[in-house]
Amino acid sequence: MEVTSTGSSAGSQDGEPSAQVPVELPIEAVRPPRPGRVIGAGVALLFLVWLAYTVIVNENLHWDVIVSFLMDGRILGGLWVTIQLTVFSMAIGLVLGVLAAVMQLSDNPVLRGTSGLYTWFFRGTPLLVQLIFWFNIGLVFPSFGIGVPFDGPKLIEWQANELITPFTAALLGLAINEGAYMAEIVRAGIRSVDPGQREAAEALGMSHGQVLRRVVLPQAMRVIIPPTGNQFISMLKTTSMVSVIAGAELLTVAQRIYLGNFEVIAMLIVASIWYVVLTTIASIGQHFIEKRFERGHAALGARVRRNLRPFAKEPA
Amino acid sequence: MTTGQAEPMVKIRSLRKRFGSVEVLKGIDLDVPHGQVVCVVGPSGSGKSTLLRCVNRMETIDSGRIWVDGELMGYAERGGRLHLLAPAELCRQRRPIGMVFQRFHLFPHRTAIENVMEGPVTVLGTSRAEARRQATELLERVGLSDRADHYPAQLSGGQQQRVAIARSLAMRPKLMLFDEPTSALDPELVQEVLAVMRDLAASGMTMMVVTHEMGFAREVGDQLVFVDGGVIVERGDPREVLAAPKNDRFRTFLGQVL
Ligand SMILES: Nc1ncnc2c1ncn2[C@@H]1O[C@H](COP(=O)(O)OP(=O)(O)OP(=O)(O)O)[C@@H](O)[C@H]1O
Ligand SMILES: [Mg+2]
Repeated sequence: MEVTSTGSSAGSQDGEPSAQVPVELPIEAVRPPRPGRVIGAGVALLFLVWLAYTVIVNENLHWDVIVSFLMDGRILGGLWVTIQLTVFSMAIGLVLGVLAAVMQLSDNPVLRGTSGLYTWFFRGTPLLVQLIFWFNIGLVFPSFGIGVPFDGPKLIEWQANELITPFTAALLGLAINEGAYMAEIVRAGIRSVDPGQREAAEALGMSHGQVLRRVVLPQAMRVIIPPTGNQFISMLKTTSMVSVIAGAELLTVAQRIYLGNFEVIAMLIVASIWYVVLTTIASIGQHFIEKRFERGHAALGARVRRNLRPFAKEPA
Repeated sequence: MTTGQAEPMVKIRSLRKRFGSVEVLKGIDLDVPHGQVVCVVGPSGSGKSTLLRCVNRMETIDSGRIWVDGELMGYAERGGRLHLLAPAELCRQRRPIGMVFQRFHLFPHRTAIENVMEGPVTVLGTSRAEARRQATELLERVGLSDRADHYPAQLSGGQQQRVAIARSLAMRPKLMLFDEPTSALDPELVQEVLAVMRDLAASGMTMMVVTHEMGFAREVGDQLVFVDGGVIVERGDPREVLAAPKNDRFRTFLGQVL
């Protein structure tokens, strides 16, 4: 039996209205020609091929040197220092940022002022200057101690010259500077949480700390995480500034090598390749985390666990 | 029945509250006896929410006294002087006072049952297992056993408000404050929330309810107060004052609401 799609179901046998068969109307439209796009793509492709060609055949780039140094022990050591500096300074910076943000939003004008001074000063001076300052802190404060403030007796005392290595100076500079930027990010996150949330939590009898930890910060994370990912990626590259105080990270190591073998460009390319690798990995991680956070409102812990379930061991 | 001269659950005397230069509450006197339901009605901006928020000390007050269950809210009286309570003491005073909001304010990052468990676990230090058991019971009481693992975003407004009521009840309150609990709901969802509140009133809970639901006030309320311009203009048995309002402004207001 042929069912026509005209809808007039006169041919239906047992008196029932026959189910209407939906009409298929496939769209196979022809695109209008877009010569501009084709030409543009062609030009771009030609440019890329030309660029690759000139780079590859260029004898001044010493590809063999680049390849041989990519896995050099010193380079890998510098890479490791770069990763450590990034992770530690971001972690400390995040803690400082949360502290400063919470102080900024407090009712106490002294706490607010202290936090404001901190972000104002460290965002207002160049990181490069801060790094050199921390490295030379011994010139201002020859020794540090724990004890009675205002020149009272000290329980423990350290000499600045022993304490301040390039690594600790780098960590101090990067973390404290990062904290000032993270403070703004965390503050925006906290402010994004509906004030009604705080009220509901207070009405249950929660203390300020509990409200913050249990209700406000978990919700602020949705707003805090994406820019924090950007900060992390940017920090991977910012660590290269530490080379001014010989911080033993990737760029410093590359510089030391080219001071010996004069392969300046090759060593810079080796370092750049590793920076690109690191930032690419971090971007992929950021993309993954952000996607998880955009989905619904569920708590991070629960969601991470749920997302990891497919990779967990098969239940016996 | 205990002796009749028991202190009321809520006793408010000469309460004044200003925001900046605007005085919102201009001398409120109100008693809410144990187990009674007091409905507070009044036009927008008349200070109804502020009144409730003063009772659980979400707002500071400028003068007057508020006692809840015989305890002065927000202050300790020592040596004939008032001393502001420390934050930890305020938290302790708020614990047995439940509050339900117009816009629910459920914690969006927690499921229904986790919302109900939050107070006991965080504030009272109840074990998670025990809190879960209680929360399951409470969700059953508000008719939402089958929604325990839903996030607030997956619930209708009426369901969210019932979870919010369960969340307050989990703290075993002796007083419940409702601030327009049905005003943000679609009309067909209002009744399911009112039903839960009716049950609660029948179980003997002391309640202060800001509402525009005159039917609820008439049926469940023991007392109705009409607030206008920061003062109580008319009060009495809801059935009587609603049938024969004396004050002109109250009459006009009723004409608009009913
Ligand atoms: N935190 C605040 N700061 C300044 N003014 C406020 C604040 N809270 C309330 N007000 C003002 O106090 C007055 C009373 O507000 P309130 O919320 O108590 O009224 P309401 O009777 O609950 O009104 P509605 O029916 O609209 O909820 C309003 O004019 C309001 O603008
Ligand atoms: Mg209100």
